[in-house]
Amino acid sequence: MAPVASQDAGAIAHPDAHPALDSVGNPAANPVGNSVANSAAHSVANPVASLVGVGLRYGKVVALDDITLDIPAGRMVGLLGPDGVGKSSLLALLSGARAIQQGQVQALGGDMASARHRGRVCPRISYMPQGLGKNLYPTLSIEENLQFFGRLFGHPAAERRRRIDALTASTGLTSFLSRPAGKLSGGMKQKLGLCCALIHDPDLLILDEPTTGVDPLARSQFWDLIKAIRVEQTGMSVIVATAYMDEAQGFDWLVAMDAGRVLATGTPAELLERTGTDSLDAAFIALLPEDRRRGHRAVTIPPLAAGVDAEIAIEAEDLSMRFGDFVAVDHVNLAIRRGEIFGFIGSNGCGKSTTMKMLTGLLPASAGRAALFGQTVDPKDIATRRRVGYMSQAFSLYSELSVRQNLVLHARLFQVPETEIPARVDEMVQRFGLADSIDALPGTLPLGIRQRLSLAVAMVHRPELLILDEPTSGVDPIARDSLWQLMIDLARQDRVTIFISTHFMNEAARCDRISLMHAGRVLVTDAPAELVRQRGAATLEAAFIGYLEDAGARGETAKATPSAPAASSARSVPAPTPHARRHLFSPGRAWSYALRETLELKRDPMRATMALLGSALLMFVFGYGISLDVEDLSYAVLDRDQTGLSRNYTLNLSGSRYFVERPPILDDRDLDRRMRAGQLALAIEIPHGFARDIARGHSVQIGAWVDGAMPVRAETVRGYVQGMHQGWLLEQAKHRLGQDAASGPNALPASIATRFRYNPDVRSLPAMVPAVIPMLLLMIPAMLTALAVVREKELGSIINLYVTPVTRSEFLLGKQLPYIVLAMLNFALLTLLAVTVFGVPLKGSLLALTAAALLFVTFSTGFGLFASTFTRSQIAALFVTIIGTIIPAIQFSGMLNPVSSLEGVGYLIGQVYPAAHFLTITRGVFNKALGFTGLEASFWPLALAVPVILTLSILLLKKQER
Amino acid sequence: MPHLANIYRLGIKELWSLARDPMMLVLIAYTFTVSIYVAATAMPETLHKAPIAIVDEDASPLSARIASAFYPPRFDPPAMISLSAIDAGMDAGTYTFVLDIPPDFQRDVLAGRAPTIQLNVDATRMSQAFTGSSFVQQIVLGEVTTFMQGHRGSVALPVELALRNRFNPNLEQSWFGALMELINNVTLLSIILTGAALIREREHGTIEHLLAMPVTPAEIMLAKVWSMGLVVLLAAGVAMVFVVQGLLRIPIEGSLALFLVAAALHLFATTSLGIFMATLARSMPQFGMLAVLILLPLQLLSGNATPRESMPELVQDVMLAAPTTHFVTAAQAILYRGADLEVVWPPFLALAAIGAVFFGIALSRFRRTISAMA
Repeated sequence: MAPVASQDAGAIAHPDAHPALDSVGNPAANPVGNSVANSAAHSVANPVASLVGVGLRYGKVVALDDITLDIPAGRMVGLLGPDGVGKSSLLALLSGARAIQQGQVQALGGDMASARHRGRVCPRISYMPQGLGKNLYPTLSIEENLQFFGRLFGHPAAERRRRIDALTASTGLTSFLSRPAGKLSGGMKQKLGLCCALIHDPDLLILDEPTTGVDPLARSQFWDLIKAIRVEQTGMSVIVATAYMDEAQGFDWLVAMDAGRVLATGTPAELLERTGTDSLDAAFIALLPEDRRRGHRAVTIPPLAAGVDAEIAIEAEDLSMRFGDFVAVDHVNLAIRRGEIFGFIGSNGCGKSTTMKMLTGLLPASAGRAALFGQTVDPKDIATRRRVGYMSQAFSLYSELSVRQNLVLHARLFQVPETEIPARVDEMVQRFGLADSIDALPGTLPLGIRQRLSLAVAMVHRPELLILDEPTSGVDPIARDSLWQLMIDLARQDRVTIFISTHFMNEAARCDRISLMHAGRVLVTDAPAELVRQRGAATLEAAFIGYLEDAGARGETAKATPSAPAASSARSVPAPTPHARRHLFSPGRAWSYALRETLELKRDPMRATMALLGSALLMFVFGYGISLDVEDLSYAVLDRDQTGLSRNYTLNLSGSRYFVERPPILDDRDLDRRMRAGQLALAIEIPHGFARDIARGHSVQIGAWVDGAMPVRAETVRGYVQGMHQGWLLEQAKHRLGQDAASGPNALPASIATRFRYNPDVRSLPAMVPAVIPMLLLMIPAMLTALAVVREKELGSIINLYVTPVTRSEFLLGKQLPYIVLAMLNFALLTLLAVTVFGVPLKGSLLALTAAALLFVTFSTGFGLFASTFTRSQIAALFVTIIGTIIPAIQFSGMLNPVSSLEGVGYLIGQVYPAAHFLTITRGVFNKALGFTGLEASFWPLALAVPVILTLSILLLKKQER
Repeated sequence: MPHLANIYRLGIKELWSLARDPMMLVLIAYTFTVSIYVAATAMPETLHKAPIAIVDEDASPLSARIASAFYPPRFDPPAMISLSAIDAGMDAGTYTFVLDIPPDFQRDVLAGRAPTIQLNVDATRMSQAFTGSSFVQQIVLGEVTTFMQGHRGSVALPVELALRNRFNPNLEQSWFGALMELINNVTLLSIILTGAALIREREHGTIEHLLAMPVTPAEIMLAKVWSMGLVVLLAAGVAMVFVVQGLLRIPIEGSLALFLVAAALHLFATTSLGIFMATLARSMPQFGMLAVLILLPLQLLSGNATPRESMPELVQDVMLAAPTTHFVTAAQAILYRGADLEVVWPPFLALAAIGAVFFGIALSRFRRTISAMA
């Protein structure tokens, strides 16, 4: 990037001091853009974006504090500052991804608080969020990701093809089109992200730390690419956030930020001049307020006392790791001396973390040997772990424990003697400067302090070896220097061996020795200065790039050169004007999401398989398992009479198919014990002198005890017993009195002919099978969609909803469509099973059943989406879905008890919840030979439930992050 | 040999993480209070508000007497409909029972011709069909008999059947409904709390951090088992005392302490099962599917929803391997029938054995997949 020519004095920005308006020139009118610079801090004529008094809070944390800023158009603008100063928040506001809380944000000539304006300009803005491939879909290939974004912006197939070919040719991704995004290196992910951002020719390109975690070679290629694109598309404004000060050197205009405020704006040269420094790193520190700078001193590294101690702390011999056919670590050899600071340098995904995990014993090596202190690493060897402190790349403190609790827990887990713990914790608090935040939760602390805490936690048991995986990534320069000072003290004073990985070159230069790593292999190991010397390079970074090129890293991007013509041809066809149909539902965009969701479902075949096979399996289990016939009831008799007549009475029972006789009851205690144990559903007690008393005409009482623990069963037992008792009496009357029972005094005056309709044999199966279908079609589709939205929230790709023209309804309905199709397949499978395997004939209209099923699965998938829209974590969405489906499905759907018989809240749920209505329809069609006519009353609530749940979901989903 | 102190401390950490997750606390509170209350009060009595219609072709005093014998709570007030409305009403599921009193019914009864009343039953509603039809028969015959007594002298039956319900004299469904819900929620919660929490830890990378410390997989697992088990156990105890006994006024026959011991044994098995499921699933969506596929049979086939003895032999035998089956057996025996350990030791033993096996399987799987988690 050409350095900016103009040297007009910029002003240090203070939120309260608005500088005079002294703009010169008009960048937008100047197609080259970078030849004339505007200098006044806040006043830029015709800015691409401007902020007035903008503030943003996350709970109690202030992210942006009263920012007023104009950003010039047609430039390459850099937002400079470490993590957590508000750069990302500012970009999210500019792109419309996050809702404005306070102040005014204007971008591309309109108010970003207005949904209409956002809708109009979002096709002209492109936003690439922070994090490698954050808005990409890891299971989708490069081609599929690009197709997805192309469809979102409404390009027809031929246009998409042309644009994708042009963009991938210029980025060198053409030969990897079918590779899943999740399997790309960090650099390639970012290039793909850039392609996705450029596919609709934005006027404003917003890049949030696009090169963090990318190796130096890929980084320089990335900036070359941006440069080439800007040459082609002269009108495009680019806003980039970066933590790399050296990158910012090449930008047109800079905004230095700290603690949610703007420190200064101007060209790089202006900033250097104003602070009187020679590097932006130093300039940035100089711009910081006095109290932030206090205590900062340049890091000094006493040399490692050579030869004193040749003991080897870490040793690796031909260490290798394979995941399937992917070689993550390829024959790595290392020998690190005690007390040495050893650096591991390389890009994300080059195998640094994997090597470290193998050295700590977290991952068993596929081949080779790793040894700590001369002993081979053994994952089961607890004793060695006590000598090692490990700080993993992911933020691994317990965010739900306070700083003190974290320290104490770790001290205890490492078996520091209980009496020493308070002193040890105090020592760590002192040494790492944690006193002010001792009772805070780590999540509320700035990243720099969190990383200090991580280091303190890793040090609390006084390990002899520290393995630190990128401890400084995302930490601001001052905090980084203080962290380094701590590490250097540990190494030099306490003789702790430090094995650290980083992608910052200036940190690499501080190590005693470093290994450069690429694609699983160690390229070279030596002292940093020695590497620069051997390579004859100016800087360590240049030396590293040289080694990478030797190793063939260029090959990955060899075809990346002829960018200009390709990119310009992508530009030549005007993008379809999205303005006209903004408010309409666009089937194309919904379809784009539907296709994407289908692909993801395909890539994880386990879920679809579980859904189909699982529901078939459950149908078998429940069809045969849940039986509402009450039979095989255990009973036993306490026969105190022991006469022919008493035995005759009990024979009456034992002949029944409903009862199974158990050994006779011995006495009252036996009766009590067996009933309490639940062994008997019924106990009959025949009193002494039963036969004698009957013969004498005395009234006799037979005792029958029914186990009431299960009321349904008890009622049934009562019915059976009463019926049988009546029968026996009639029999006896006939027998003993020689009378014709039908005309005798005991004869019944009328009879009742019971017709069991729809299921004449009163068998469970024909009743249960149609009842199982609604339950399965409720729970399984709901569970499939339950994580659809919340997962995007957790993984970050939800950003595509925020910043692309897709509307909430397109997003949700598009996502829902593939699951509806899957659920209908499921329905077809279940119906087929019911008719063939279970032999439950489908007597009514298949069309009516299918229509009802379609409505019902639209509801159940909608319910999953609903649970997904208002929850924040996957676990909560899962829980809400299970509670919201399993209980109504089992208890309030009429499967076991008809809804009309339910009480209170249960009755209301049963009336409103569509499961009961669908159950009426399945039973109506299967058992009662019905069609649409006769079931209208159940169709209406079902049809109503669909728009209700979908509207609720759409309303609860936010088009912007809040 | 697992280190007891580590297990204790890691468990405390689990409790802290739960304590600082308000969403989960709300859901736990909901499942053990509102959800139990709703389920208990919604459960109808075995025959409750059964929808019935009467076609009165006789229009006599006797037929009117029969119609007036059906009243709440057992039956909805009968709908008087015409003969032609029977099919439509039953097809739409408006009525479970339709009683058709034929013309000249009273005259035939008095003439001793023993006429026949037709009772139509919707047999797809099995739970009502059975008990309901016998109730309807008894009511109708009772009315006819009483009616006859006015016209002919009555003859006492020589043998009386004294039917008594033990443990739940009035066969109140809410007793059953409350316990059923409690048991279901104990199972549901323990599996989700351990399983989903493990997957979340894996996704957030804290498992890896733990494994770099001098703690063994067995310690990590036992810590999760005891802490989450304790939470659910406490919640269940609170629900028993305040919701079941307090709010719903359901008398508990047996020892609450013994019930909690049974619940603890059950939790040992289900928390292990949750961990095992989390080692099988690779992501939260997969875990969700797995949870549905496992929870449904665990709940529906345990003998908690329908009587075990009515299930096919095979299902009964397979379900012997499920902890819920034994927990339901033990819980019903203790809470309703006041059984003591002398009676319920077999399900206790079964629960302990199943728990041990589940834990063993989960631990070996946990050890094997742990490196893939990191």
